[in-house]
Amino acid sequence: MRRLLTALVGISLSANVFASQFAIVGGKVHTLTDQGTLSEATVLIKDGLIERIIEGSQVPRGYERIEATGKVVTPGLIGAYTALGLVEVGMSAGQVDSSTSEHPVTTVGAAIDVSYGVNADSTLIPITRIEGFTAAATGIEYSDYLFKGQGSVIQLTDSEPLIKARAFMALSVNNSSASDAGGTRGTLWVALTQALSEAQAAIGTDLAPTQPWYGMISRADAVALGHVVQGHKPLLIKADRKADILQIIALKHKFTDLNLVLVSGSDAWRVGAQLAAAEIPVILNPEYNLPGAFDTLGASLANAGRLEKAGVKVAIGIDTHNIRLATQHAGNAVANGLSHATGLASLTKHVAEIFGLDNQMGHIAPGMRGDVVVWSGDPLEVTEAAEHVFINGKPIKMVSRQTLLRDRYLNLKQDKPMAYTRP
Amino acid sequence: MVHNNKKPTWKLATLTIAVLASSVLTGCGDDANNHSDSDKHNQHVVVNADPFPTTYEPISSVATLITNVTVIDGIGGLVANSQILLQDGKISGLGDDLALPDEYVEIDGQGKYVTPGIIDTHSHLGVYPSPDTRSHADGNEMTSPVTAQVWSEHSVWPQDPGFQRALAGGVTSLQILPGSANLFGGRSVVLKNLPDRTVQDMKFPNAPYGIKMACGENPKRVYGKKGGPSTRMANVAGYREAWIDAAEYKAKWEQYDADFAAGKEVTAPKRDLNNETLKGVLDGDIIVHMHCYRADEMVVMMDVMQEFNYQIGSFHHAVEGYKIADKLAQNNVCSSMWADWWGFKLEAYDGIRENVAMVHQAGACAVVHSDSDIGIQRLNQEAAKAWSDGRRAGIDISKADAWSWLTANAAKSLGIFDQTGSLEIGKNADVVLWSADPFSTYAQAEKVYIDGGLAYDRLAPDSWPVSDFELGQVGQGDHK
Repeated sequence: MRRLLTALVGISLSANVFASQFAIVGGKVHTLTDQGTLSEATVLIKDGLIERIIEGSQVPRGYERIEATGKVVTPGLIGAYTALGLVEVGMSAGQVDSSTSEHPVTTVGAAIDVSYGVNADSTLIPITRIEGFTAAATGIEYSDYLFKGQGSVIQLTDSEPLIKARAFMALSVNNSSASDAGGTRGTLWVALTQALSEAQAAIGTDLAPTQPWYGMISRADAVALGHVVQGHKPLLIKADRKADILQIIALKHKFTDLNLVLVSGSDAWRVGAQLAAAEIPVILNPEYNLPGAFDTLGASLANAGRLEKAGVKVAIGIDTHNIRLATQHAGNAVANGLSHATGLASLTKHVAEIFGLDNQMGHIAPGMRGDVVVWSGDPLEVTEAAEHVFINGKPIKMVSRQTLLRDRYLNLKQDKPMAYTRP
Repeated sequence: MVHNNKKPTWKLATLTIAVLASSVLTGCGDDANNHSDSDKHNQHVVVNADPFPTTYEPISSVATLITNVTVIDGIGGLVANSQILLQDGKISGLGDDLALPDEYVEIDGQGKYVTPGIIDTHSHLGVYPSPDTRSHADGNEMTSPVTAQVWSEHSVWPQDPGFQRALAGGVTSLQILPGSANLFGGRSVVLKNLPDRTVQDMKFPNAPYGIKMACGENPKRVYGKKGGPSTRMANVAGYREAWIDAAEYKAKWEQYDADFAAGKEVTAPKRDLNNETLKGVLDGDIIVHMHCYRADEMVVMMDVMQEFNYQIGSFHHAVEGYKIADKLAQNNVCSSMWADWWGFKLEAYDGIRENVAMVHQAGACAVVHSDSDIGIQRLNQEAAKAWSDGRRAGIDISKADAWSWLTANAAKSLGIFDQTGSLEIGKNADVVLWSADPFSTYAQAEKVYIDGGLAYDRLAPDSWPVSDFELGQVGQGDHK
């Protein structure tokens, strides 16, 4: 009896140890740090964090082994510009929290805060994470306001998704936005400058409802934009044509504390040196190469590679349902001139840096969140896939609603109707 | 060309044109030589099936031999270290089966791959061109749910820069479809991806016409507040009513033809462009391309197909094809699919990455399509994803078989497989030389041949085609 008890205790103890300590053994590890890429290394994960990286395939005792020999290990990928958790089905299918209609709480949209709308039960979260994405910036996609409001950074887990609420402010100054916001850039930019000036003036003032406020922006807008003008959170500005990008650079000269990020940036390659000098990174879709509007005439597959050469920090990943394809986007950027190392950084380290989270994620180093992915091969190859994904130091189940549908229908010959087949 | 009995002078001209056309193009109509006779009852009216004939001409070519290359033939073959000869616009030699001409260009294909040119069965280039403006949005005639009378070729803007982008991705032929707002959206057209001044310059010679039909959400969303259909059941009623009318129209013309042949004095029925297209389907001349996402709807449509005795060539999108892959195979209906698009609307909610492979596995005809001016530029990667996702799910398909999704099966679904879609001797030399294995993200179309002519050469930027629209604009002739 006593022996049995000991054995049981032993099992439960080791299970506990194993549940929180993992060794990813012998893979080719892209650390995204000064350590670079290690051709054979072991990543230890403990208590939710990356504990350390050991060259070779030696594993200390007490770790559950994940064989990664011949495989590739990267930090978890971070969706750079998504609406994950805010939308299930975009069109004609009920509530979508990634688009806004008007409300008196805001006059310019800055006050909008998506953190209240993030749904950890969204099927997009497992569908995305089983493909190597462990976190994402998420925000409003469609807004009639000047600003798209404040976005969040989330982890792609089943609960407590918020890593950082109100992590960034977004707006768009391209053709379609100018059309929506006053009908001309001549209105849009005056409104933007006015909004930022008012927010700056309001810093340190009492915005209580008992106090007078005469601004164009609402009080709630002033609070949200106050953090932006002080550079506490990045301002993501979507723009494509060169003239608009130059306005963005000029904005930084006017409001010197702004932490600006260019989004989309079809013409960014034409002003690479200026963007680099102004330390403005770019989040882009490197596959976009068509003159879809008169402000994307310069769109080129070479954009990402040219920006890299100009010294601009590049992040890749603009999508929601298929943000998982950002690896393919990055691969195509590499096929058209981006270095492979930057291709990986554009999905990890650079995204973390843009959102001020590089002290937690985006690279494999001691003390970072245990967000690690084991790939069958080069993650930027369309034929390779994530095989193990760790978020917060825990392996996720490689299951999504899509894999369940697949498994149900892999064999169409069933005795009973399909509803009785539970994969 | 409206036949109007009340205007005899008009009619005479009309009949003459119609009869001439019939004798030239259809070879039928026994009385074709009687066109000088003004007696209408002696004129056999035969509808000209090709009033906008192709003026396509291949670009000039030189005999080209590609050596030391891996050949994927598009019909299941993959041969390493092989060679291929393109001559006089055709594939004239493969492997050791070569008769070299006196003069030819030789290209060392070491480390490279040759495939048939990619055929996209689902494109809106030209009808929804770049730039995407209201002025140019000519793909959906959203004024009535049944518009089989409209022809997409009359909306194609040949200056869409998307054609050149697709060429750089190895696309040599493509079908331009009307949009999916309508139950019957109109005729499609198959083009050679060699834009010139007019759409006729691009029309694929001897390609049959197609018709776009649409299931599901789009028609009911567009017409729900414009007189209907507002439900899927009304969609189906709409197809059936149209087929009933078309069958009657067809019978009327057949009666006319029979009466005429019997020597009776008869007047040809009045032409109706909508029913003319639908009759073309019932006659087996026009291929049905049906936008349909949901499995249950596709099966309903295959019953409608049986009810009215026509054939659906291909379901387009078929996001739930995997749920009824067996039935697709039984009914001999192709499916043109994405690798991984899903969720943008509810009928796309059940999209899975293994769809293409599962449809293929069931013995049905699988095609990988783009429906995108971006996706069309790397359809090889779409097939590669579908192939590898299938393999991970235990569906063992060879790369050589998977390439049929882009070429042979696509060509079959468009009715042009006798001309293109595989590397076989005698076929059109629509060929791509890839810089590496085209199942890799890093592979690029290095040379693209259409009918043997070098239409795109990645290594010679000065030779890249530039549309009128991009001339004098930012980035003209840039690395796109």
